[in-house]
Amino acid sequence: MSGYNLTHLKQLEAESIHIIREVVAEFDNPVMLYSIGKDSSVMVQLAMKAFYPAKPPFPLMHIDTTWKFREMIQFRESYARDELGLDLLVYINEEGRKLGLHPLDNSEKHTEVMKTDALKQALNKYGFDAAFGGARRDEEKSRAKERVFSFRDRHHTWDPKNQRPELWNLYNTRVSKGESIRVFPLSNWTELDVWQYIHLERIPIVPLYFAAPRPVVERNGVLLMVDDERLELHPGEQPQTRTVRFRTLGCYPLTGAVESTATTLPEIIQEMLLTKTSERQGRVIDKDEGGAGMEEKKRRGYF
Amino acid sequence: MSHHSDLIATDINAYLAQHERKELLRFLTCGSVDDGKSTLIGRLLYDSKMIYEDQLAAIERDSVTHGTTGGGFDPALLTDGLRAEREQGITIDVAYRYFSTTHRKFIIADTPGHEQYTRNMATGASTADLAIILIDARHGVLTQTRRHTFIASLLGIRHVLVAINKMDLVGFSQEVYERIREDYKQFASRLDLPDLHFIPISALRGDNVVEPSASMPWYQGSTLMHFLETVYIGSDRNLEDFRFPVQYVNRPHLDFRGFCGTLASGIVRQGDEVMALPSRKTSRVKSILTYDGSLQEAFAPQSVTITLDDEIDVSRGDMLVRPGNVPRLEERFDAMIVWMAEQPLVPGKAYLFKHTSKLVTGAISTLRYRVDVNTLHRQETDTLRLNEIARCAVTLSQPIAFDGYRRNRGTGAFIVIDRITNGTVGAGMILDRVTAEQRHDHWDAEPRVSGEHAESSLVTAQQRAVRFGQRPVTLLLTGLTGAGKTTIAYALERRLFDMGRAAAVLDGVALRQGISRDLGFSNEDRSENLRRGAEVARLMNEAGLICIASFVAPDAPVRERAREVIGPDRFLLVHLAAPIDVCRQRHDGDHYQRADAGEIANFPGVSAAYDQPADADLVLPTHEWPVEQCVDRLLQLLRDSKVLD
Repeated sequence: MSGYNLTHLKQLEAESIHIIREVVAEFDNPVMLYSIGKDSSVMVQLAMKAFYPAKPPFPLMHIDTTWKFREMIQFRESYARDELGLDLLVYINEEGRKLGLHPLDNSEKHTEVMKTDALKQALNKYGFDAAFGGARRDEEKSRAKERVFSFRDRHHTWDPKNQRPELWNLYNTRVSKGESIRVFPLSNWTELDVWQYIHLERIPIVPLYFAAPRPVVERNGVLLMVDDERLELHPGEQPQTRTVRFRTLGCYPLTGAVESTATTLPEIIQEMLLTKTSERQGRVIDKDEGGAGMEEKKRRGYF
Repeated sequence: MSHHSDLIATDINAYLAQHERKELLRFLTCGSVDDGKSTLIGRLLYDSKMIYEDQLAAIERDSVTHGTTGGGFDPALLTDGLRAEREQGITIDVAYRYFSTTHRKFIIADTPGHEQYTRNMATGASTADLAIILIDARHGVLTQTRRHTFIASLLGIRHVLVAINKMDLVGFSQEVYERIREDYKQFASRLDLPDLHFIPISALRGDNVVEPSASMPWYQGSTLMHFLETVYIGSDRNLEDFRFPVQYVNRPHLDFRGFCGTLASGIVRQGDEVMALPSRKTSRVKSILTYDGSLQEAFAPQSVTITLDDEIDVSRGDMLVRPGNVPRLEERFDAMIVWMAEQPLVPGKAYLFKHTSKLVTGAISTLRYRVDVNTLHRQETDTLRLNEIARCAVTLSQPIAFDGYRRNRGTGAFIVIDRITNGTVGAGMILDRVTAEQRHDHWDAEPRVSGEHAESSLVTAQQRAVRFGQRPVTLLLTGLTGAGKTTIAYALERRLFDMGRAAAVLDGVALRQGISRDLGFSNEDRSENLRRGAEVARLMNEAGLICIASFVAPDAPVRERAREVIGPDRFLLVHLAAPIDVCRQRHDGDHYQRADAGEIANFPGVSAAYDQPADADLVLPTHEWPVEQCVDRLLQLLRDSKVLD
């Protein structure tokens, strides 16, 4: 019976497709949360595969905090909307926007209002009963024990102490009215798996992942890209052009660049394998509230 | 994050090509904090260089505040999860960890070892290829070791690696290792563990984890990591039985209808003849579609889309199989069920059962026995609480296509969902064997044909009573073999006949020559024999006859059910109360000798219980009274009960 073996990536792919199809078969109104990052690119590719030759029978939704890199927005429009031809929703918390929160002044509040609150508003507005997210269990400790089908109550909150047991590939999709499920098809993928898959499948990703000369300032040891005029320069700060790239993408003032010469996928993977810091280290938000920052956010309904 | 590979720096493309061919291995670690489970996982991650420096810095910081190593590096802190749990110093749920080597990607299901968390271990085990069972060398095989091993076996894990840890604390003694190994083997021989291995380690110091131990030269086997990298799992999948549960019907336009799903087992090729269950309609595979092109063949666990030559009706929850290799298609089966909710299982209550892509209502009709996970003893039980495991009879509202779990994880597993709370309350593994009991426990079954009501008779019960001069009734004569049931039954029939009454004997033994000739003598078969008898008795009563039913009927609950089938106002229970010694002497055949010799199992009075009726309408001391006196007393009962004028 030799020869009938799947590589680990093909096995992960098959499992993710199974998860995505299960949601479509069992829920009335699913949505795929689309963050424009590399994990979202992989998730969208898997959705394309799951329903081929049809298009995925659900919309993508981007929660736009209004502080995303401009190249992310361009990529969202040119790739997801135009090239793939997918139904794409963009949601902005307009009430929150009026507060004029600057992510650098108050990153925690900004994230809560423009991301967590915005997501809850959007889910309520459209009445989505299932939302795909691209989170992986290897990203962060509190994600390691989250289920693939993660139950949310009427207030979109997560109760880590009261999760449904999840056995085999038999997912309990039952929810009452007003409750919902977050579904994580990439739960068992690691950062290396994602990159390798992007490489093998030639999946387009935002060019910010590749090294290029970009205008940056160095602040508290973090390289911030001057993506538009809203990043107010401190006295004496002068944007410099340095060859940098991003290992993870978010709101540009909260996302640190790394100096790099990696301009191809193999080079990116090589750099990742040789580096000594984890992917989320460039993110400011995980460090709020000490080591349990992400867990607190997730309890409240963060992605 | 550097693997031990120079290729990364020198030839990244060669490295990537190598890593594209990796296999995936899922394993489960079983043991408590005290056994060093978290330490072992931390050690695997650390030694395979899967920990980044920022994570390591956080751990070193935590080692001072939370660690158990006096401020030294504590690998256990890598894997402890949520904040509240970290404060308690334990992990309390299933957490998944990832690492990879040149040969394999590994997914670890990290589950705690406390008794109250059988649920979590079963969850982690459900997808695992292999289990590592940790034993503290100082303590040897403990109750929890047996519990973990049993659950691993129950969930069908084929490869078990017993890691005897903390060898440093027993002076790396070969004698200690051998003794624990023998103890474990002796216990495990009672379980189904096809592939069992032992490795002596020290997770804290790293002995035999990734590098061979210099302190244990007497151990010549694999290190734990080497074992994980090389253990052969290729034959674990079932590639013989093609089973394709249809998950989703993809119908973007009228000209395309594809059946999406994941092969639960087996292989399918383009052009194969397939049968859809439950309809049994057949067709041929027209194409096996994927986004990356059409396939000539697909195998488990690939997710594909199948199109068929013919427009046969197939929907979600159906299963495509080969006509010559079909699963069982039934609504009743036996299963081992792990209960996972605070609210206990309620037998007979309607639950939802999710099996492959099908969701059906059903009930756990009978709890056959509970397994004590610590001793493996079987106990009678009438309910199942959180973390308890029982063998149960399940009855669904419609048939499902299934195989035994041992043969096929994908089509032998199901989860139980509470209809009100929507919580996942149980997990079940269907048993292979078609047992007599599951074929014959029909007391609660709904009629197979519904909606077709029999026409009602033009003769009323009252008219019949007037014609026969009697009220129809069933006398159930119960008692041990040899108590005189049949003799007295026929004597009473003769007397009634002579009196001009209409009566007939229904003999349990005679029933077995015809209606019940498919039944044996298990408790369940005796129960079914009486059920059939009760149905016949009811028909006789409806025809106006007095029915004298002669059955051992040893179980009080079964007699009670017979009373309900026949109707309580038409049912009289008579206990023929000869003691067993007299019965043994009187009995003509050799049943008691054969029961004593173990040739007949479940023989009431010998190897099975006989429930003395507490609610008998009449007790006849047949060892003291002659037959005629018994018959006189029975006639008196019939008169007292207004059966006869």
